Amino acid sequence: MAVARYWRQQEQRYSLAGSKCAICNGSFFPKRTICPTCHRRSIGKMEKFLFSGKGKVVTYTIVHDPIISYADQSPYVLAVIALEEGDLVLGQIVDCDPRIVDIDLDVEMVFRRLSAEGASGTIQYGFKFRLMDVGSS
Amino acid sequence: MTLSREVAVIGIGQTKFGEIWHKSFREIGIEAGLRAIQDAGIESSKVDSIYIGNMSAGLFLDQEHVASMIAEEVGLTKDSVPATRVEAADASGGLAFRQAILDISSGMSDIVVVGGAEKMSDVTSQIATYFTAAGADQSWESLFGATIPSLYALMARKHMHDFGTTREQLGLVSVKNHRNGSLNPDAQFQKEITLEQVLKAGPVSTPLGVFDCAPISDGAAAIVLAELDLARELCTNPIKVSGTGQGSDSLSIANRTELTGLKATRAASKRAYEMAGINPSEISVAEVHDSCTIGEIMAIEDLGFFEKGDGGPATERGDTSLEGIISINTSGGLKARGHPLGATGIAQINEIVLQLRGMAGKRQVKDPLYGLAQNVGGTGGTVIVHILEAI
Amino acid sequence: MKAGIVSYGIYIPRYRITPASIGAVWGQDGNSMGKALGIESKSVPAPDEDAATIAVESARRMLRRVRVDPSRIGAIFVGSESHPYAVKPTATIVGEAIGATPVMTAADFEFACKAGTAAIQACLGLVHMDDNVMPMDYALAIGSDTSQGAPGNALEYSASAGGVSFLIGKDDVIAKIDHSISITTDTPDFWRREGMKYPSHAERFTGVPAYFKHVEMCASKVMENMGTKPGDYDYAVFHQPNGKFPVNVARKLGFTSEKIAPGLWTPRIGNTYSASMMMGLAGILDVAKPNDLILGVSYGSGAGSDGFHIEITDAIEDFNRSASPLVADEAGLGMDIDYATYLKFRKKIKMEGE
Repeated sequence: MAVARYWRQQEQRYSLAGSKCAICNGSFFPKRTICPTCHRRSIGKMEKFLFSGKGKVVTYTIVHDPIISYADQSPYVLAVIALEEGDLVLGQIVDCDPRIVDIDLDVEMVFRRLSAEGASGTIQYGFKFRLMDVGSS
Repeated sequence: MTLSREVAVIGIGQTKFGEIWHKSFREIGIEAGLRAIQDAGIESSKVDSIYIGNMSAGLFLDQEHVASMIAEEVGLTKDSVPATRVEAADASGGLAFRQAILDISSGMSDIVVVGGAEKMSDVTSQIATYFTAAGADQSWESLFGATIPSLYALMARKHMHDFGTTREQLGLVSVKNHRNGSLNPDAQFQKEITLEQVLKAGPVSTPLGVFDCAPISDGAAAIVLAELDLARELCTNPIKVSGTGQGSDSLSIANRTELTGLKATRAASKRAYEMAGINPSEISVAEVHDSCTIGEIMAIEDLGFFEKGDGGPATERGDTSLEGIISINTSGGLKARGHPLGATGIAQINEIVLQLRGMAGKRQVKDPLYGLAQNVGGTGGTVIVHILEAI
Repeated sequence: MKAGIVSYGIYIPRYRITPASIGAVWGQDGNSMGKALGIESKSVPAPDEDAATIAVESARRMLRRVRVDPSRIGAIFVGSESHPYAVKPTATIVGEAIGATPVMTAADFEFACKAGTAAIQACLGLVHMDDNVMPMDYALAIGSDTSQGAPGNALEYSASAGGVSFLIGKDDVIAKIDHSISITTDTPDFWRREGMKYPSHAERFTGVPAYFKHVEMCASKVMENMGTKPGDYDYAVFHQPNGKFPVNVARKLGFTSEKIAPGLWTPRIGNTYSASMMMGLAGILDVAKPNDLILGVSYGSGAGSDGFHIEITDAIEDFNRSASPLVADEAGLGMDIDYATYLKFRKKIKMEGE
């Protein structure tokens, strides 16, 4: 079990909490300690930043040969999402026929179960994405 | 950048790649090592240092500290020869080779043995897929369902979208590499396949199918390196290391600025070309990291062999075949030769050495002067490029 | 000032299965079964959904409709019969995911299908409490379930998934809760023993001595205490274990079918258990106008009912309903799956290593 390792990143996974550099205003996910543009000037100037969770599909794939913890969910859609604030993030797209997923479609973040450490271990929750449609906001 | 002392390959050796049921990690490691030492024609007591490229004996075999294990097996613990294990996912072999070069160049050693080995078939394919994904970002990729092929599939889809690369062009990479593999007695797959077979094969991660992805393999490969002047004394056909380059990029693909190429390949190859003082057009033969077919398309673009976006059409034109403008993956590549993670980077160098020596048999390219090897860790977090020269 | 509902949010999983698809596998006439139960289809959670994810989604949608800093939420109670952990609260996951932690209290509730309304009552108590004792501006009550019926059991036609969040507070209340009362007895009509995967029920015993007795008694008690008659209410909503019981109980109590229609969702999405009556109430809040009166009565097996007399305030005029999906939006977005996919999604297929 790796409880602390997963727990440490809970806020980032639950709420797409990344960082913003107070100097250049660049936003980053996942969280960063130092801004890759401002380097040492950004030390101590990185602030928590919550991404809205809205974005567009940059690229996607339907995974048929899953990683073991997702064996019961195969096939599933994995995508790179361009968040509206400008950063990229990798995540699954759920709740649709995988065949309708396409580049440039709008998505929004949803809160889902990612994996669990066996039947008795802890459950890891985090963000996935869903195509925007009627009823979305 | 130049090396303070020049370095050459004086011996190579490897096991056949594939499912080696009857032999352990130790056994394949020593088999490759002894063949290389034999090929170099040196006494093992002359070896000053050992490097081992290995991605994850810890995960696959519950065994870390494999440098000591291999040193013992090769019989070099008697003189307490320094042995170092090097890790950069499936670029471990290429990186170990680079460390060996730097060791000799620094003057610390005159003769170095560098090996690469991986034993993957002791676990099920599902577990092997999971362990291999440790070369991606655990927190932000594999925890979210990513495998290595799925991450390459994301790049493939984007490449197809941006440049019009076709599913068939990806498949033709595999067809070519299987054809080359059929001419390589050490390859895991020595059978030609058709484009139709590639396209009809089961999906792994769309658009990539079974024939687009390198297999799970066991295997080891080794090289003996020597300082150039010493190399000339010790053997008649030393192959000179003209350029070495390394580049890195974000571990996870979502943190990169582009998804249709590997920035680290361009950085590593630029450094290697500059050191060698040559242009991409002077390379006649190259081994590139086709852990997935899209990897080869991106590599031949990033290495400067073809314009960005022309990797697919170039493959379709036959420019990368044995008879083409630049022969790519004459060994069969990772797809057909096999991909025992840590051994791959060394096996790539071995193929280039064979080609430059003119001893590649049925797959020999005509009179090559320069050959290049590109070894990628994971999805491009580390890339190692070497340029070798027939002298 | 009396407390009440400040905001609400609902979540219904996207997948649906019909009684015909279920019946076809078990040699039953699914269509007649569906008609007898008053169920056209039921919601099915995706394989990566559970009571916690559904609770979080409903809470986030609730927050989108108001400008409330989540750190002002002093309590989160999640009612469910399908909490993902037997020990370790669902409510802490919700608290973390909506940014309400750490200065808050939290607990999980279980009382069959009325755990969510029990949570509403607890929240009412807290926000009404003397400010010096346990001060809080808002308390969050959630009903969320991914309920299971044993394969082939009648329950399989109705047991579904969904979640509803009600933010309870005293400022900007859109639905004032003027009165609440509960009826509770020890009536074993439906249960699930520790460690068992599927619940058991006492078949027809779940009707007259259980559901109808408690719901009728509770509804009558609310009206008696408030001095109201069925005709005084603009809407009524009752727990909906199927599509028939709430219709029958409404008729017996004297509520017309028009008054229960906006709150009757089980026929479309099945019984969302802890979210069931709350989903109906949310459906009414989706259409209600100022001064509307609502009678709401939940039912939980075991057994008990929580009754509520609710009055819509003027604040609903400025309430940003459209910031999140209405019940009708969500209920209408179904994707039908077959029984094999249903088994896969509900993890009724034993995987390698299990």
